[in-house]
Amino acid sequence: MNSSRCAACKHLRRRCPSDCIFSPYFPANNPRRFAYVHKIYGASNVGKILQDLPVSRRAEAADSLYYEAYCRIKDPVYGCVGLITILHQQIYDAQCQLARIQAEIAALSSQSQSEVQQYRQDENVGPSFLPDQNGVPNSTSYYDISTWFD
Amino acid sequence: MIDDTLRVNKRRSGMKSYQEQTRSSTSCAACKFLKRRCTPNCQFAPYFHSDEPKKFAKVHKVFGASNVSKILNEVAEDQREDTVNSLVYEAEVRLRDPVYGCIGAIASLQHRMAELQHDLILARARLASYVGHRPSFLDDHGGLLVAPSIDFPESNSLPFDQFGRFHFP
Repeated sequence: MNSSRCAACKHLRRRCPSDCIFSPYFPANNPRRFAYVHKIYGASNVGKILQDLPVSRRAEAADSLYYEAYCRIKDPVYGCVGLITILHQQIYDAQCQLARIQAEIAALSSQSQSEVQQYRQDENVGPSFLPDQNGVPNSTSYYDISTWFD
Repeated sequence: MIDDTLRVNKRRSGMKSYQEQTRSSTSCAACKFLKRRCTPNCQFAPYFHSDEPKKFAKVHKVFGASNVSKILNEVAEDQREDTVNSLVYEAEVRLRDPVYGCIGAIASLQHRMAELQHDLILARARLASYVGHRPSFLDDHGGLLVAPSIDFPESNSLPFDQFGRFHFP
Protein backbone atom coordinates (compact mmCIF):
# COMPACT_ATOMS: atom_id res chain seq x y z
CA MET A 1 0.00 0.00 0.00
CA ASN A 2 1.15 3.51 -0.77
CA SER A 3 2.58 5.03 2.42
CA SER A 4 1.50 8.52 1.37
CA ARG A 5 -2.19 7.78 1.20
CA CYS A 6 -4.61 10.62 1.91
CA ALA A 7 -6.88 10.43 4.96
CA ALA A 8 -9.80 9.30 2.80
CA CYS A 9 -8.00 6.37 1.25
CA LYS A 10 -6.55 5.37 4.61
CA HIS A 11 -10.04 5.45 6.09
CA LEU A 12 -11.46 3.50 3.17
CA ARG A 13 -8.49 1.11 3.26
CA ARG A 14 -7.68 1.43 -0.38
CA ARG A 15 -4.86 2.49 -2.61
CA CYS A 16 -4.56 6.24 -3.07
CA PRO A 17 -4.23 6.94 -6.80
CA SER A 18 -2.27 9.89 -8.07
CA ASP A 19 -5.49 11.59 -9.21
CA CYS A 20 -7.42 10.85 -6.01
CA ILE A 21 -10.31 13.31 -5.78
CA PHE A 22 -9.98 13.48 -2.00
CA SER A 23 -6.26 13.81 -1.42
CA PRO A 24 -5.87 17.61 -1.92
CA TYR A 25 -8.61 18.27 0.65
CA PHE A 26 -8.27 15.44 3.15
CA PRO A 27 -4.60 15.23 4.04
CA ALA A 28 -3.28 12.27 5.98
CA ASN A 29 -2.37 14.41 8.98
CA ASN A 30 -6.05 15.17 9.71
CA PRO A 31 -7.94 11.88 9.77
CA ARG A 32 -10.84 13.33 11.74
CA ARG A 33 -11.74 15.64 8.89
CA PHE A 34 -12.59 12.83 6.50
CA ALA A 35 -14.05 10.66 9.24
CA TYR A 36 -16.68 13.32 10.00
CA VAL A 37 -17.53 13.90 6.36
CA HIS A 38 -17.71 10.18 5.69
CA LYS A 39 -19.97 9.59 8.67
CA ILE A 40 -22.55 12.14 7.52
CA TYR A 41 -22.33 12.17 3.74
CA GLY A 42 -20.50 9.03 2.74
CA ALA A 43 -17.42 8.91 0.57
CA SER A 44 -19.36 8.39 -2.64
CA ASN A 45 -21.58 11.46 -2.18
CA VAL A 46 -18.64 13.64 -1.22
CA GLY A 47 -16.73 12.43 -4.25
CA LYS A 48 -19.68 13.25 -6.51
CA ILE A 49 -20.11 16.72 -5.03
CA LEU A 50 -16.42 17.49 -5.49
CA GLN A 51 -16.33 15.96 -8.96
CA ASP A 52 -19.19 18.17 -10.13
CA LEU A 53 -17.37 21.34 -9.12
CA PRO A 54 -14.54 23.16 -10.88
CA VAL A 55 -11.18 22.47 -9.25
CA SER A 56 -10.93 26.07 -8.00
CA ARG A 57 -14.05 25.63 -5.79
CA ARG A 58 -13.35 22.21 -4.37
CA ALA A 59 -11.31 23.29 -1.37
CA GLU A 60 -14.10 25.57 -0.15
CA ALA A 61 -16.68 22.86 -0.78
CA ALA A 62 -14.63 20.33 1.19
CA ASP A 63 -14.34 22.79 4.05
CA SER A 64 -18.04 23.58 4.12
CA LEU A 65 -18.91 19.87 4.00
CA TYR A 66 -16.58 19.29 6.93
CA TYR A 67 -18.15 22.06 8.99
CA GLU A 68 -21.66 20.95 8.24
CA ALA A 69 -20.71 17.39 9.16
CA TYR A 70 -19.11 18.70 12.34
CA CYS A 71 -22.30 20.58 13.24
CA ARG A 72 -24.43 17.54 12.53
CA ILE A 73 -22.27 15.31 14.71
CA LYS A 74 -22.42 17.84 17.54
CA ASP A 75 -26.18 18.28 17.12
CA PRO A 76 -27.68 15.26 15.33
CA VAL A 77 -31.20 16.75 15.38
CA TYR A 78 -30.63 20.20 13.90
CA GLY A 79 -27.03 20.30 12.67
CA CYS A 80 -26.06 23.71 11.35
CA VAL A 81 -29.74 24.50 10.72
CA GLY A 82 -29.96 25.14 14.46
CA LEU A 83 -27.43 27.92 14.09
CA ILE A 84 -29.38 29.39 11.17
CA THR A 85 -32.55 29.40 13.28
CA ILE A 86 -30.78 31.17 16.14
CA LEU A 87 -29.34 33.77 13.77
CA HIS A 88 -32.75 34.44 12.20
CA GLN A 89 -34.20 35.00 15.67
CA GLN A 90 -31.38 37.29 16.71
CA ILE A 91 -31.71 39.30 13.51
CA TYR A 92 -35.42 39.67 14.12
CA ASP A 93 -34.79 40.80 17.72
CA ALA A 94 -32.17 43.30 16.57
CA GLN A 95 -34.51 44.68 13.93
CA CYS A 96 -37.25 45.13 16.52
CA GLN A 97 -34.83 46.87 18.86
CA LEU A 98 -33.63 49.14 16.08
CA ALA A 99 -37.19 50.01 15.10
CA ARG A 100 -38.02 50.87 18.73
CA ILE A 101 -35.00 53.12 19.08
CA GLN A 102 -35.69 54.83 15.75
CA ALA A 103 -39.29 55.45 16.83
CA GLU A 104 -38.02 56.98 20.07
CA ILE A 105 -35.62 59.17 18.13
CA ALA A 106 -38.40 60.29 15.80
CA ALA A 107 -40.67 61.10 18.74
CA LEU A 108 -37.96 63.03 20.58
CA SER A 109 -36.92 64.81 17.40
CA SER A 110 -40.40 66.05 16.62
CA GLN A 111 -40.93 66.97 20.28
CA SER A 112 -37.78 69.06 20.43
CA GLN A 113 -38.60 70.79 17.14
CA SER A 114 -42.05 71.73 18.35
CA GLU A 115 -40.55 72.96 21.65
CA VAL A 116 -38.15 75.23 19.76
CA GLN A 117 -40.96 76.62 17.63
CA GLN A 118 -43.15 77.16 20.68
CA TYR A 119 -40.29 78.92 22.47
CA ARG A 120 -39.79 81.32 19.58
CA GLN A 121 -43.49 82.05 19.43
CA ASP A 122 -43.76 82.66 23.17
CA GLU A 123 -40.61 84.77 23.54
CA ASN A 124 -40.75 86.46 20.12
CA VAL A 125 -37.18 85.35 19.65
CA GLY A 126 -35.38 86.52 16.54
CA PRO A 127 -33.13 84.49 14.30
CA SER A 128 -31.70 81.63 16.22
CA PHE A 129 -28.13 82.34 15.22
CA LEU A 130 -28.08 85.35 17.55
CA PRO A 131 -26.44 84.64 20.90
CA ASP A 132 -28.60 84.38 23.98
CA GLN A 133 -28.57 87.00 26.72
CA ASN A 134 -25.35 85.66 28.17
CA GLY A 135 -23.57 86.09 24.89
CA VAL A 136 -23.35 82.37 24.27
CA PRO A 137 -24.19 81.32 20.74
CA ASN A 138 -27.46 79.47 20.55
CA SER A 139 -26.90 75.75 20.40
CA THR A 140 -29.75 75.24 17.94
CA SER A 141 -28.25 74.93 14.53
CA TYR A 142 -31.08 76.64 12.72
CA TYR A 143 -30.17 79.75 10.80
CA ASP A 144 -33.06 81.73 9.36
CA ILE A 145 -31.48 84.41 7.17
CA SER A 146 -34.78 85.33 5.58
CA THR A 147 -35.34 87.94 8.31
CA TRP A 148 -32.16 89.75 7.29
CA PHE A 149 -33.97 91.05 4.21
CA ASP A 150 -37.24 92.16 5.83
CA MET B 1 -61.38 -3.52 -24.77
CA ILE B 2 -58.88 -1.54 -22.77
CA ASP B 3 -60.14 -3.20 -19.57
CA ASP B 4 -59.64 -6.60 -21.15
CA THR B 5 -56.08 -5.69 -22.05
CA LEU B 6 -55.39 -4.61 -18.50
CA ARG B 7 -56.85 -7.82 -17.08
CA VAL B 8 -54.72 -9.89 -19.45
CA ASN B 9 -51.59 -8.00 -18.48
CA LYS B 10 -52.35 -8.48 -14.82
CA ARG B 11 -52.84 -12.19 -15.30
CA ARG B 12 -49.57 -12.43 -17.18
CA SER B 13 -47.52 -10.64 -14.54
CA GLY B 14 -49.18 -12.62 -11.71
CA MET B 15 -47.50 -12.28 -8.30
CA LYS B 16 -45.14 -9.59 -9.55
CA SER B 17 -48.09 -7.38 -10.37
CA TYR B 18 -49.55 -7.94 -6.90
CA GLN B 19 -46.24 -7.03 -5.30
CA GLU B 20 -45.88 -3.97 -7.44
CA GLN B 21 -49.41 -2.95 -6.58
CA THR B 22 -48.65 -3.39 -2.86
CA ARG B 23 -45.42 -1.42 -3.18
CA SER B 24 -46.93 1.36 -5.19
CA SER B 25 -50.04 1.81 -3.08
CA THR B 26 -48.49 1.59 0.41
CA SER B 27 -44.80 2.34 -0.13
CA CYS B 28 -43.34 5.46 1.37
CA ALA B 29 -41.39 7.80 -0.87
CA ALA B 30 -38.10 6.33 0.33
CA CYS B 31 -39.00 2.75 -0.47
CA LYS B 32 -40.44 3.79 -3.82
CA PHE B 33 -37.22 5.59 -4.62
CA LEU B 34 -35.10 2.67 -3.44
CA LYS B 35 -37.38 0.22 -5.23
CA ARG B 36 -37.89 -1.99 -2.25
CA ARG B 37 -40.79 -3.30 -0.25
CA CYS B 38 -42.04 -0.88 2.36
CA THR B 39 -42.46 -2.80 5.58
CA PRO B 40 -44.98 -1.85 8.29
CA ASN B 41 -42.15 -0.70 10.54
CA CYS B 42 -40.24 1.14 7.82
CA GLN B 43 -38.05 3.74 9.45
CA PHE B 44 -38.61 6.30 6.72
CA ALA B 45 -42.35 5.94 6.23
CA PRO B 46 -43.49 8.40 8.94
CA TYR B 47 -41.34 11.18 7.49
CA PHE B 48 -41.23 10.59 3.74
CA HIS B 49 -44.79 10.23 2.55
CA SER B 50 -45.47 8.84 -0.88
CA ASP B 51 -46.87 12.16 -2.09
CA GLU B 52 -43.53 13.92 -1.47
CA PRO B 53 -41.04 12.03 -3.64
CA LYS B 54 -38.71 14.99 -4.13
CA LYS B 55 -38.12 15.33 -0.40
CA PHE B 56 -36.44 11.95 -0.12
CA ALA B 57 -34.70 12.32 -3.46
CA LYS B 58 -32.91 15.44 -2.23
CA VAL B 59 -31.87 13.88 1.06
CA HIS B 60 -30.72 10.74 -0.70
CA LYS B 61 -28.63 12.69 -3.18
CA VAL B 62 -26.74 14.58 -0.49
CA PHE B 63 -26.61 12.21 2.47
CA GLY B 64 -27.57 8.79 1.17
CA ALA B 65 -30.26 6.52 2.61
CA SER B 66 -27.90 4.60 4.85
CA ASN B 67 -26.51 7.72 6.51
CA VAL B 68 -29.98 9.17 7.02
CA SER B 69 -31.01 5.92 8.65
CA LYS B 70 -27.98 6.01 10.98
CA ILE B 71 -28.68 9.61 11.96
CA LEU B 72 -32.34 8.81 12.68
CA ASN B 73 -31.30 5.85 14.81
CA GLU B 74 -29.12 8.13 16.92
CA VAL B 75 -31.90 10.49 17.92
CA ALA B 76 -34.94 9.96 20.11
CA GLU B 77 -38.14 9.08 18.28
CA ASP B 78 -39.86 12.33 19.22
CA GLN B 79 -37.01 14.26 17.63
CA ARG B 80 -36.91 12.41 14.36
CA GLU B 81 -39.35 14.63 12.53
CA ASP B 82 -37.25 17.70 13.35
CA THR B 83 -34.15 15.79 12.32
CA VAL B 84 -35.65 14.89 8.96
CA ASN B 85 -36.81 18.45 8.37
CA SER B 86 -33.36 19.83 9.10
CA LEU B 87 -31.74 17.22 6.86
CA VAL B 88 -34.13 18.11 4.05
CA TYR B 89 -33.36 21.80 4.51
CA GLU B 90 -29.61 21.17 4.50
CA ALA B 91 -29.90 19.00 1.41
CA GLU B 92 -31.93 21.65 -0.42
CA VAL B 93 -29.44 24.35 0.39
CA ARG B 94 -26.51 22.14 -0.59
CA LEU B 95 -28.11 21.32 -3.93
CA ARG B 96 -28.73 25.02 -4.54
CA ASP B 97 -25.20 25.99 -3.48
CA PRO B 98 -22.90 22.99 -3.87
CA VAL B 99 -19.82 24.97 -2.76
CA TYR B 100 -20.95 26.51 0.52
CA GLY B 101 -24.29 24.89 1.36
CA CYS B 102 -25.68 26.07 4.70
CA ILE B 103 -22.34 27.60 5.65
CA GLY B 104 -22.93 30.25 3.00
CA ALA B 105 -26.32 31.01 4.52
CA ILE B 106 -24.75 31.27 7.99
CA ALA B 107 -22.07 33.65 6.69
CA SER B 108 -24.73 35.87 5.08
CA LEU B 109 -26.78 35.95 8.27
CA GLN B 110 -23.74 36.78 10.37
CA HIS B 111 -22.91 39.60 7.97
CA ARG B 112 -26.47 40.93 8.32
CA MET B 113 -26.21 40.65 12.09
CA ALA B 114 -22.97 42.65 12.09
CA GLU B 115 -24.68 45.38 10.04
CA LEU B 116 -27.58 45.52 12.48
CA GLN B 117 -25.24 45.69 15.45
CA HIS B 118 -23.51 48.64 13.83
CA ASP B 119 -26.86 50.34 13.16
CA LEU B 120 -27.88 49.74 16.78
CA ILE B 121 -24.71 51.37 18.07
CA LEU B 122 -25.34 54.45 15.94
CA ALA B 123 -29.02 54.58 16.86
CA ARG B 124 -28.30 54.29 20.58
CA ALA B 125 -25.70 57.04 20.37
CA ARG B 126 -28.16 59.27 18.57
CA LEU B 127 -30.88 58.52 21.11
CA ALA B 128 -28.49 59.26 23.95
CA SER B 129 -27.72 62.66 22.43
CA TYR B 130 -31.41 63.52 22.65
CA VAL B 131 -31.75 62.26 26.19
CA GLY B 132 -28.62 64.10 27.16
CA HIS B 133 -26.36 61.47 28.65
CA ARG B 134 -23.55 59.31 27.37
CA PRO B 135 -24.70 56.24 25.59
CA SER B 136 -24.46 53.13 27.67
CA PHE B 137 -23.61 49.91 25.92
CA LEU B 138 -23.75 47.98 29.09
CA ASP B 139 -27.46 47.47 29.52
CA ASP B 140 -28.98 44.16 30.49
CA HIS B 141 -27.84 42.64 27.23
CA GLY B 142 -24.55 44.46 27.11
CA GLY B 143 -26.02 46.84 24.56
CA LEU B 144 -25.01 44.48 21.80
CA LEU B 145 -26.55 41.37 20.50
CA VAL B 146 -23.82 38.85 20.00
CA ALA B 147 -24.27 36.32 17.26
CA PRO B 148 -23.84 32.79 18.51
CA SER B 149 -20.37 31.47 18.06
CA ILE B 150 -19.42 27.84 18.12
CA ASP B 151 -15.91 26.51 18.40
CA PHE B 152 -15.40 25.55 14.80
CA PRO B 153 -12.36 23.45 14.14
CA GLU B 154 -9.44 24.65 12.10
CA SER B 155 -10.07 25.98 8.63
CA ASN B 156 -8.16 25.43 5.45
CA SER B 157 -9.67 27.73 2.89
CA LEU B 158 -12.75 29.39 4.39
CA PRO B 159 -11.87 32.74 6.01
CA PHE B 160 -12.67 32.89 9.71
CA ASP B 161 -12.37 35.68 12.20
CA GLN B 162 -11.02 35.23 15.70
CA PHE B 163 -14.42 34.15 16.96
CA GLY B 164 -14.62 31.26 14.57
CA ARG B 165 -17.28 32.98 12.51
CA PHE B 166 -17.37 32.54 8.78
CA HIS B 167 -16.77 35.50 6.52
CA PHE B 168 -18.37 35.32 3.14
CA PRO B 169 -15.57 35.74 0.58
